[in-house]
Amino acid sequence: MDVQAAKYIAAGIAIGLGAIGPAIGEGIAASKALEAIGRNPEASGKITPLMFVGMAVTESTGIYALVVALIILFG
Amino acid sequence: MGLNISLAPDILFYIGTTPITNTFFWSVIVSFFLIISFVLIAKRLKDVPSGIQNIIEMLIEGSYSFVESIIGPGKKAKRVFPLVATMFIFIVFSNLLVYIPGQSAFTLNTADGPVAIFRAVMSDYGLVLMMTLVAVIIMQIIAIAISGPFGYIGKFLNFKSPLKFFLGIMDLIGEIAKIVSLSFRLFGNIFAGEVLGAVMLFLFPFFTPLPFMFLGLLTAVVQGFVFSVLTLVFISMASETESE
Repeated sequence: MDVQAAKYIAAGIAIGLGAIGPAIGEGIAASKALEAIGRNPEASGKITPLMFVGMAVTESTGIYALVVALIILFG
Repeated sequence: MGLNISLAPDILFYIGTTPITNTFFWSVIVSFFLIISFVLIAKRLKDVPSGIQNIIEMLIEGSYSFVESIIGPGKKAKRVFPLVATMFIFIVFSNLLVYIPGQSAFTLNTADGPVAIFRAVMSDYGLVLMMTLVAVIIMQIIAIAISGPFGYIGKFLNFKSPLKFFLGIMDLIGEIAKIVSLSFRLFGNIFAGEVLGAVMLFLFPFFTPLPFMFLGLLTAVVQGFVFSVLTLVFISMASETESE
């Protein structure tokens, strides 16, 4: 196996495994936010921005994995 | 593959020995455009708003009341609002500029072959890192001003018990991790959007990139929002006096 092939495999594994956690976390965040809006529709203006902030924080591990994958590929 | 993707922005031309990259070029243009248009609007403010003044007033009032709802009304909100609102407007505007159709067709012939004049401004890590550093340094200055220099150092180096010492070191690492996470979140999202669009366009032109473009449009606004709100939240956390 040459170095280039190993790089492609490494980048694929990095982003593939790294995307699992944030995906589950963001799904939970969105489902809870929708549940809350369903119970109290007047509060949607307050819930939605907070949900986006929470999602962005959840996403950060996924972004780390992405950056690692990009550095492996193009760096 | 025939794709041309690079982490670093491309150099357009040199002024003296300073390289001018395409992202730098566009960030300057965006800054001047925003400054000039806001100055022009501010000069002809009317008591009864009409046209574009309506939109701007709605934007500013809405974001100001949002800032107040997070950091609390009064002097604090008034002081922090210009910083976060400027960050928000600049990031969102420069992100949305990517979606002007046809701009990627313009290239400039340089010594290293043709270089695209346009590139998403936030896909330059240098710019994003500088914005993050400004935000983080302001947070630290506020924390020092609130708790005093000794209280600030005491937060990180605590020799009262081994556990507190360990927690202090963890806090220190957390402060450094803020720089990495805040900057890579914005950079990673925008750069990934660019790469994704390019790859999809390469695989099957015109129709496959459409849903990803739509997703990118959402990301462009949400990431600007998230960057400024996280800065705001961190500043309001730093400005809280400890009640013990």
